[in-house]
Amino acid sequence: MSDDIVIRAENVSKRYRLSHLAGQDTLGESLHHLARLAWRRVRCNTRLQREDFWALRDVNFEIKRGEVVGIIGRNGAGKSTLLKILSRITGPTTGRIMLQGRAASLLEVGTGFHPDLTGRDNIYLNGAILGMSRAEIRRKFDEIVAFAEVERFLDTPVKRYSSGMYVRLAFSVAAHLEPEILIIDEVLAVGDAAFQKKCLGKINQVSRDAGRTVIFVSHNLGVVANLCGRAIFMENGRVKFAGQAGEVVASYIRSGDHAGGEVAWPPEDPRAGNNRVRLHRARIVTEGRISHDVPIDRDVFIEYEFAVHTPDLTLTSSIHLFDKHGACVLSSGPGNSTPSVGIYRDRVRLPANFLNDGLYSVSIILITDSARIEIHLTDAITFTVHETGAGRNEFTGTIIGCIRPKLDWQNTAIT
Amino acid sequence: MKIPPAMPQTLVIEAGRAERHYWADLWRYRELLGFLAWRDIKVRYQQTLLGAAWAIIQPLASVAIFTFVFGRLAGMPSGNEPYFIVVMAGQLAWQLFANTLSNTSGSMVGNAHLISKIYFPRLTVPLATLAVALVDFAILLGLFGAALAWTGIVPTWRALLLPAFILLALALALGAGLWLAALTVRFRDFRIVVPFLLQIGVFATPVGYRTDFLPNWQALLALNPMTGVIDAFRWCLLGEGAVFHLESLVFSLAWAAVLIVTGVWFFRRSERSFADII
Repeated sequence: MSDDIVIRAENVSKRYRLSHLAGQDTLGESLHHLARLAWRRVRCNTRLQREDFWALRDVNFEIKRGEVVGIIGRNGAGKSTLLKILSRITGPTTGRIMLQGRAASLLEVGTGFHPDLTGRDNIYLNGAILGMSRAEIRRKFDEIVAFAEVERFLDTPVKRYSSGMYVRLAFSVAAHLEPEILIIDEVLAVGDAAFQKKCLGKINQVSRDAGRTVIFVSHNLGVVANLCGRAIFMENGRVKFAGQAGEVVASYIRSGDHAGGEVAWPPEDPRAGNNRVRLHRARIVTEGRISHDVPIDRDVFIEYEFAVHTPDLTLTSSIHLFDKHGACVLSSGPGNSTPSVGIYRDRVRLPANFLNDGLYSVSIILITDSARIEIHLTDAITFTVHETGAGRNEFTGTIIGCIRPKLDWQNTAIT
Repeated sequence: MKIPPAMPQTLVIEAGRAERHYWADLWRYRELLGFLAWRDIKVRYQQTLLGAAWAIIQPLASVAIFTFVFGRLAGMPSGNEPYFIVVMAGQLAWQLFANTLSNTSGSMVGNAHLISKIYFPRLTVPLATLAVALVDFAILLGLFGAALAWTGIVPTWRALLLPAFILLALALALGAGLWLAALTVRFRDFRIVVPFLLQIGVFATPVGYRTDFLPNWQALLALNPMTGVIDAFRWCLLGEGAVFHLESLVFSLAWAAVLIVTGVWFFRRSERSFADII
């Protein structure tokens, strides 16, 4: 292995037997299963077909020293399985991985925290679980406490902590790990915005100053695009695309099964609803037709149809609009309603000359009774706003900004 | 990260290959072992109202019941010592075995959140549970010492051999516990099986009576691996009158060897899939 490459994965696959995932949890079921197997063998001379599920299939990649690499992909794409194999929690079915240097993994914040132990005790316990020595924890103890901002509650059992304090303490321990390779899963999806920012800064600093290698799984495309130099896009257990982070994020947004400007969800899709509320389809309409491609000087309509199966729900429908960097451009909705059972369509107009050019992604959110999230479909549909040249006589390069509204300018000669 | 100073610079994760550095890893993670043991002890005694008193009340209640049932109602002989001292010596060994067995067998499922989120040699978890059983044992042993002093019985030189028999009891319990811990991950049934076995076991084992006075049953009782341990405990701790039972001890040693070897083998064979099915 050359000096520069610290992680090399070769043909890594992971198979789960579906019998592991469901059923045979009790001895009785298992014995029954065995008996059936034996019976078939004797009677029919056939083996029962096992159902296999490949969570990872022939994954290959190389990561160089000091790189910050994001792994993105939809749910079930194999991201978490890959992290588990890299962390040695579970083994691959085929293939091999070489890791150069000490690795530590953070698959969740606060692994092993015990609610009955105090903050102080949990720092030591959690540190040991993450692989720190007692001396090392003692040396960094004050720093950990200060970063977490929990000085006053050190001798309080963590079960009495607010969830924010709990998460801050847990992340703080983790942030003071000093491995050469750090493997992180979605831990940033916690804490308030200020603390998240602090955590991102810490990760950035760790990789930049210490030259550490970071592997980072996230659904937050903006974070991946900003924090990572390179990214790996996984789909159905395979590496679909790997490369410069911005390009990979763009390819991920583009890759949905909604290139035509309309998406429909099959009635059994668990992402698209439940027996109370269910999303049927969404589409992008511009110039009177369904299209994924929107001229910058035309109105664009986002519309989606959903069924309400339960009466007397207070329904809050809204969209979140993200740009190609994963930044949220806006969120909007028609307000609360109390629909009777039936099928409804929500439609919103985004005015012409409002969005900048580029790729946009729409999340659809349906909430009932103010608090119950029935549907939160990220990347439900995407569209691309295209430059048409209209009104751009002054500048031909890229115009930066999330939005590009036409604003009133006055140019007055003073002298 | 200073902990694993001997961590190999290049780590290879390969399909179907057992961990090469397993035992070295286990040694390197000894601090984690210590922390897990410390956590278990702290949690056990911190939140209970009576704390350590529970480690006394429960075995003492058993001793009282056995003394009453076997000593009074059944009128079994006890030799030169008061009946309750005989029972207590038996209870010492049995409690160590029973606590260790139930702690180790439930340990993997009890720490499922760790198993599925972080790597460490899985043997660390059942080994760490030994600590709580040993602390409980130490408390009861102190109580037994007080009882001896109270009754005026002076332990002989044989008491010095007690640590060897403590190890024997631990080996038996840990060996069986490793089997059960791995099986419980797969089949939750064993969570019910273990208390059931222990409930029956306490009567199938000469905790409440002495084997010397049951010559017809001695051979049968000796098949039980804990008989040898309890006989040995009594031989160590009671006066000159206690008899040394070579057959039952040999049998216990054989059991212990078989259980530890196969227990570690089965545990290590199963542990690769723990994270997938726990």
